Amino acid sequence: MDSILTNPQMVVEDRQRHLFRVSRRAFTDQSVLEAENRTIFDRCWLYLGHSSEIADNCDFITRNVGGRELIFNRDRAGAVHAFLNTCPHRGAMVVRERKGNALAFRCFYHGWAFNVNGRFASRFEEGNYGAEHYGGGCADLVQVPRLESHRDFWFVNFDRNAVSLSDYLAGAKDYIDIVADHAEAGMEIVGSGQQYIINANWKLLAENSIDAFHGFPVHSTYFDYLRTIGSLRMEAGAGAFSASGMHDLGNGHAVIEYASPWGRPVARWVPSWGEDKREVVAQLRAGLIRRFGEERGTRIAEFSRNMLIFPNLVINDIMAITIRTFMPSAPDKMTVSAWALGARDEDSELRKLRLFNFLEFLGPGGFATPDDQEALENCQRGYRNMREVGWNDISKGMPRNGPPMNDDEEQMRCFWRQWNERMGGIA
Amino acid sequence: MNGDVSLPTGLRNDPPALRGRIEDFLYLEAELLDEWKIEEWFALFAEGATYEVPPTGTDETDPATSLFYIADDYVRLRERVVRLTKKEAHSEFPRSQQRHMISNVRVTGLGDGIAEVSCNFVTYRAKRGVVDTYYGKHLYRIDTTVDPFRILSKRSILGMDMLYPGKLTIII
Repeated sequence: MDSILTNPQMVVEDRQRHLFRVSRRAFTDQSVLEAENRTIFDRCWLYLGHSSEIADNCDFITRNVGGRELIFNRDRAGAVHAFLNTCPHRGAMVVRERKGNALAFRCFYHGWAFNVNGRFASRFEEGNYGAEHYGGGCADLVQVPRLESHRDFWFVNFDRNAVSLSDYLAGAKDYIDIVADHAEAGMEIVGSGQQYIINANWKLLAENSIDAFHGFPVHSTYFDYLRTIGSLRMEAGAGAFSASGMHDLGNGHAVIEYASPWGRPVARWVPSWGEDKREVVAQLRAGLIRRFGEERGTRIAEFSRNMLIFPNLVINDIMAITIRTFMPSAPDKMTVSAWALGARDEDSELRKLRLFNFLEFLGPGGFATPDDQEALENCQRGYRNMREVGWNDISKGMPRNGPPMNDDEEQMRCFWRQWNERMGGIA
Repeated sequence: MNGDVSLPTGLRNDPPALRGRIEDFLYLEAELLDEWKIEEWFALFAEGATYEVPPTGTDETDPATSLFYIADDYVRLRERVVRLTKKEAHSEFPRSQQRHMISNVRVTGLGDGIAEVSCNFVTYRAKRGVVDTYYGKHLYRIDTTVDPFRILSKRSILGMDMLYPGKLTIII
């Protein structure tokens, strides 16, 4: 049993004293990362990709998920697969392109070929291979043990005995639905994603992605920018939905939901978009209200949501929608992959605004995300003082009477309780 | 047209001289960036100019349909510069140290005094003991009818297959 019990406790919650603390060793120890690989990344449902990325039959993309190299593809009949991208012969990665469309995959090392449904497709002269190779499956591409989807979001699990994706996602399904419901025509990934490296522990980005507390201190220059160009509209949208706060979605997943001052291409106009866009956006909003009623329609249009699906998937539906996942390669290093999601039939001007909103705030060349990265890397560097200052404080909001606020830290406590449980710790 | 082989008509008279003047201009731009004279650097851009960094590892060229790292119109570029002058631009506070190298400068077109210019670049950024390297190709449109020249557009195409330094907080 992988257990952090052999180590001093890493997550300490004291409800009487309103204290929640996480050991900084959780961010720095190689042995913690190794335990995370076995107890978390080998067992949790991990995001693989979106249906729109393999829209046509025989489309494929290659992707690193949970430390594995995978092929995510659609076969000739349109069925979706996830294969481990390694030749069953001698191990070479069979597909080396990032994406494409192919009727078959062929390993360049010795030429073993496969149908896009994974079946071994080479025919060698008699005497080379036995029947097991042709009909027995021993030369087929190996499928990822579990592959399931919810509303075009595909996930894999390397644990054959894992609970269903539906049970795992629990309350997070409702919030995936909100994103999937933005457009009647469905949603799609726009262009390629962004891939970048942050020299910090992966859990720092999990926390940061759903942390409203840091918004104003870290991102004042972004809000200055919005104010200057007329992209800030403070009044919350009048309507039936006005809740703001945080929801524990179960299994370590959590979301914060709040009225936000920025424009949302789904259906929240700001003056910098111009009067001609005002009517287009009003119609989108009316469409949402027609489809879902006043309350849900207003909620989709007006409110922003930052959601973390344990362990490493972020779906932030804010001034644009980002799907972001990240994987550690060392305790102090992660690779981040982020994609923009938009309506399939989006007005071309709104699509452009969506992309600009994304790169201004969410992109690593923008006016906000680089400062998050700076904060994360500063934390990681600060942990060098761990022997003397050994604990992070995640207590904000604990004494609050009533439901948690979106800028409390209860959403992070949801993450850490799940992390602790999976790592074998006791609360 | 033979592209690389035959020079544009306007350059046939004295191509090295024009390239020399453009190189001087680009070296000035690099020096302003090296020295963090960011507002003077912005003054090299003509009103309405654009500055773009397309996604890495793809052939996507339109910021209206694909996700760029940077797609600044003149206003966003101005605001990028304003932001970089604030100490609340945390990723550049304290400021990094930079060195901009350019080479392989070629004038690939000239019409109405507007030069199309390409060059290779390597930009080093150092902060807190970490050295980031950005490299690739700049494509410029430069108005050579005014003195000093003015940049009409600059597109920096990274030659890297992903953003290894993690962020793009400086002008490369």
